[in-house]
Amino acid sequence: MSVIEGRVWKFGDDIDTDGIVPGRYLIGELQEIAQHVMDGARPGFAAEVCDGDIVVAGTNFGSGSSREMAARALQAAGIRAVVAVSFARIFFRNCINVGLVPVECPTAGVIEEGQTVRVDVEVGRVEVTNTGDVHDAVRLPHEIALILNAGGLEPYLAAELGTT
Amino acid sequence: MVGAMGMTVAEKIIARAAGRDSVQSDEVLWADVDFAMIHDSGGPRRIWPAMSELEVGVWDPSRLLLVADHYVPARDVGAATILETTRSFAAKFGIERFHEAEGIAHTVVVERGYVLPGQLYVGGDSHSCTAGVLGCLAVGMGSTDLLGIVATGRTWLRVPRTIRVEVEGTFGPGVSAKDLILSIIGDRGMDAGIYRVLEFGGQAIAAMSIEERSVLTNMCAEIGAKSGIVPADGVTVQHFAALGIDVEPGPFSDPDADYFDAWRYDAAEVVPVVARPHRHDDVVAAADAGGGAITRAYIGACTGAKHRDLQMAAEVLRGRSVAPGVVLQIAPASRAALRKAVEDGTVAALMDAGAHVLSTGCGACPGLGSGVLAPGEVCISTTSRNARGRMGSPDAEVYLASPYAVAAAAVAGRIVDPREFLGVPV
Repeated sequence: MSVIEGRVWKFGDDIDTDGIVPGRYLIGELQEIAQHVMDGARPGFAAEVCDGDIVVAGTNFGSGSSREMAARALQAAGIRAVVAVSFARIFFRNCINVGLVPVECPTAGVIEEGQTVRVDVEVGRVEVTNTGDVHDAVRLPHEIALILNAGGLEPYLAAELGTT
Repeated sequence: MVGAMGMTVAEKIIARAAGRDSVQSDEVLWADVDFAMIHDSGGPRRIWPAMSELEVGVWDPSRLLLVADHYVPARDVGAATILETTRSFAAKFGIERFHEAEGIAHTVVVERGYVLPGQLYVGGDSHSCTAGVLGCLAVGMGSTDLLGIVATGRTWLRVPRTIRVEVEGTFGPGVSAKDLILSIIGDRGMDAGIYRVLEFGGQAIAAMSIEERSVLTNMCAEIGAKSGIVPADGVTVQHFAALGIDVEPGPFSDPDADYFDAWRYDAAEVVPVVARPHRHDDVVAAADAGGGAITRAYIGACTGAKHRDLQMAAEVLRGRSVAPGVVLQIAPASRAALRKAVEDGTVAALMDAGAHVLSTGCGACPGLGSGVLAPGEVCISTTSRNARGRMGSPDAEVYLASPYAVAAAAVAGRIVDPREFLGVPV
């Protein structure tokens, strides 16, 4: 969890959850929904994304509807981390809860599509391996890191409730 | 420093819920939730399997509201199955506050006064912030956060800073809360409220009804805010009194509370506006919207189909007809709103003008129910979001506006300043 490296898919500002998972797919199951992930924001993305890729975006990523399927579908499509200049707060929580790493990185806007980034979650650092450029990221508060490190809220609760 | 400075109402509510005397901005802490809401879309079908795995039930069935609003009435077998799961959950866990097709959750919470001033409310939906109109801290979250709350009654919160939104003056005729909140979002941008709470006050707010105020708190989701709040005042106390519930005004922010910012508006300067496709912060005066013919006028959702919203539409539509080539749909935000609108003649006026009255529920707003848009359609809607593809085809266009402006566009066949139809000099 601590260091994640992957190829960058670049998105702009204000990518909303209707763009990540349009409502018309919500009736289906996760794997089916994942085949249409980003259909609203970038048609064709789902067919090309590979396991281990990373989404890099501008401000307000994941705004709009609270649908957790937006985070789950990105994860099911293979995305391991989302690096954004800023996050919409519900999407950020959803990422933590499902174990998809959200990285708030104020200078992420200059990272380019197709580059490879190495994200150090604990240190709060995003390195573009192609250029050696290093960007500071916001470190997760301890209480939130505990949930993410457990793999999400469900395993965190399982440990807390003693049902594991 | 701690304890030296006054607190905002949001800080007071979080501090109490966390069992603390004071809190600091951006601090993350665990709090006890007073009341929670889940609905058919993000609720039982998403969290029940995990509840079974965790071997947990509902922490307190009397503190949980379950609403079937997204998939009512079922449009197909998939939706019908989701509703059946929702009903089974209510029966299994003894959820007395289970409402199917009684209204949209956010409208029901406010109408029935389910959350009291000063309480911490979490709903499994982004528009849960609507309930902040009752003077509570109302926060929207996703399914797994609600799983945690349903199981334990607790959640974590990052303490937000508050922006005071002060609205003075008096609204002109034909101008509504929807015009104000769209104007604010247009001014500030759709992410201006991230991790903030918008606290509304001032002479114009004091003079507004609970329904109109709730349009402001509802659309705090569209500016990225954690919530919007109108601290409980005489209007709020009256609202609860009519429900047989005694509440006091407040809590209020301290005079020396530390606000992040203050935004000041004059209601008299607000004009009818629209948000253009496909961004709800692309806001222009309705008179300047331009554009060609519309095909659809939609009056629906928790944002724009409460009793007062239907009345506004009827004020424009009474004695007029929907233009050829336009379909006007009304999806009331609750059965109570529909009943009132039937009793006072509002529904008759809408139907006489040619409106189609649909059943209550989220309907076409999230693209899940009846009335979605075909490719190439141009819609003007009283809902809250116009992201591409939200209300149906990604090749449709959606303008957002007040009920006055939607009704006026339905009559004119294109977007106009609704005051033209209300006898107001423009």
